[in-house]
Amino acid sequence: MFARGLKRKSAEEPEDVEGCPAGARAAPSYSLQRQSLLDMSLVKLQLCHMLVEPNLCRSVLIANTVRQIQEEMTRDGTWRVLAPQAAGRAPLDRLVSTDILCRSVREQEGECPAPDMGDGQPDLVPGPAVAPAAQALRSPQSSLWEGDGSRESRGGFQKSLDQIFETLESQASGSVEELFADVDSSYYDLDAVLTGMVGSTSSGPGSGLQAFASATTSPPSSSCRSDLGELDHAVEILVET
Amino acid sequence: MFLKFSLHSMFYGAGGGNDIQWCFSQVKGAVDDDVAEADIISTVEFNHSGELLATGDKGGRVVIFQQEQENKIQSHSRGEYNVYSTFQSHEPEFDYLKSLEIEEKINKIRWLPQKNAAQFLLSTNDKTIKLWKISERDKRPEGYNLKEEDGRYRDPTTVTTLRVPVFRPMDLMVEASPRRIFANAHTYHINSISINSDYETYLSADDLRINLWHLEITDRSFNIVDIKPANMEELTEVITAAEFHPNSCNTFVYSSSKGTIRLCDMRASALCDRHSKLFEEPEDPSNRSFFSEIISSISDVKFSHSGRYMMTRDYLSVKIWDLNMENRPVETYQVHEYLRSKLCSLYENDCIFDKFECCWNGSDSVVMTGSYNNFFRMFDRNTKRDITLEASRENNKPRTVLKPRKVCASGKRKKDEISVDSLDFNKKILHTAWHPKENIIAVATTNNLYIFQDKVN
Repeated sequence: MFARGLKRKSAEEPEDVEGCPAGARAAPSYSLQRQSLLDMSLVKLQLCHMLVEPNLCRSVLIANTVRQIQEEMTRDGTWRVLAPQAAGRAPLDRLVSTDILCRSVREQEGECPAPDMGDGQPDLVPGPAVAPAAQALRSPQSSLWEGDGSRESRGGFQKSLDQIFETLESQASGSVEELFADVDSSYYDLDAVLTGMVGSTSSGPGSGLQAFASATTSPPSSSCRSDLGELDHAVEILVET
Repeated sequence: MFLKFSLHSMFYGAGGGNDIQWCFSQVKGAVDDDVAEADIISTVEFNHSGELLATGDKGGRVVIFQQEQENKIQSHSRGEYNVYSTFQSHEPEFDYLKSLEIEEKINKIRWLPQKNAAQFLLSTNDKTIKLWKISERDKRPEGYNLKEEDGRYRDPTTVTTLRVPVFRPMDLMVEASPRRIFANAHTYHINSISINSDYETYLSADDLRINLWHLEITDRSFNIVDIKPANMEELTEVITAAEFHPNSCNTFVYSSSKGTIRLCDMRASALCDRHSKLFEEPEDPSNRSFFSEIISSISDVKFSHSGRYMMTRDYLSVKIWDLNMENRPVETYQVHEYLRSKLCSLYENDCIFDKFECCWNGSDSVVMTGSYNNFFRMFDRNTKRDITLEASRENNKPRTVLKPRKVCASGKRKKDEISVDSLDFNKKILHTAWHPKENIIAVATTNNLYIFQDKVN
């Protein structure tokens, strides 16, 4: 972490935000560091280890830190409504909705969760096989549902924190279905998945694959393109079995 | 009580941290720097006599070392610890309902006091506690009538005479067998187990609940603390450690992520949600930061052997509390105050969440805890002196006295000092143990176990 032997310049600001009373530093620098601490904390909350349950103590401590920052920023009046297209940074509500969005965060960074599905599970279990495809759809959709900016960001933030704990709670005591409780139930509808059209009930029984084929050529939105690549993969697996 | 303390200190040295000269004795574990994840030591514990030393690792294994009987002729050192028994305590499991792995890592080992020839210990991972019996076998029966020596059964019609089987000596075999499995009682991750002074019951604590078990009964336990909020969205505090009082079988304490310790009396009510005492130090406003809460989170709590005090470890300090005084600790020792200005970096790399343990020496006069760069610290409560030592293979000649180390916080670095920026934060000593009677300590680095002794003249 610390580069050995690297001398710290006296003029360089150390990374510490703490220990400096609000007035002692130039205001932009403090709020910049506070913002970066907030961003770091949110990322930490989202980096779930999907194989092993996340450490509850750590999650609680980070969430409390986030709350503290939020409270201070609210008192300062610096808590702004964040537009979903915040430059260079994924909006808060897209980041923190559910643990599933861990994967959508990775998608935004260009990582493809397709390898998760590549083990060629013969049984179509609603959970593992469908979920990545479901998220692939959800990610662009969520920006439509939640990112309008019409919701007050503060309320959205609180809701996001709540959702983290709901998720932790549901992981602790619920079933796999609960993990995806807030995912539109039409995702479980195979046709909907194959056609790549959320909530679409008009696809006929035999038109699944055809509709999907056409969907790849004329995707509903450009951001779905990479997501549909994963759907492609999902279909391959399903068809092979 | 006073007389007992004096006699004790006469024999075992009241000088503590600084008057003792600590020497390297042994190191166990792989030599190379490439650490296999399964070999990461996750707990260290001496038994009640100090003759046995148990370690648990991330791979779910328990290794028990036994101290050699002292050679009366060679009195210049105490007996060495050699491997006595190794067994796989826990296996990885998969929770199909939640699609999550349950780690086999051993979180804690606690020994039962010895009642007969066999030894018993409790070991736990995140979800399941097991009672293990470790017994020796140095004789075996020979001369069965119906069985051959290799175990095959003889045809009864070929038996013409009868003989009485006799026990013959054999090479010592140490067997570990699971006697009880206490499962399915914890929704969250178990962080502590503690055996009651009645030696019949024990508690297990996870992030939100504490359960009371009877050692004989595995199919039920009593929930004695539950801090889970009705609405998980309101969760702001978790249980970090719990321990029974060493003498009062109705008293236990548990610590929280907000830096509080609650003492509970099981006689007061079945569910001990309301504490008898709440130990909390008021926050120092001058040190307040966004990290204040995180660094106040208590990672370990240990009663003194006397039962009069308890010690807590938070990220930067060790605190000694008098059970009769709730509003502040009676002693506070800074472990690595130089890290206070680095908290943001330590938050970034997650080191701020490291859970350091702490321990008392047999006479409760010295306390010890670990730090980074494979350093560990001892604080003498009487002389108020402290010392920093390093667990490193560089000092691995037996009876080499360890050189005290010093970290230079800022300014000019003196010779032999290490600057904060040079510390290796991957080399952390989280687990340490002190022999209950002698000045022998076990210090675990990531994957090695060091044993140090005081210099015997």
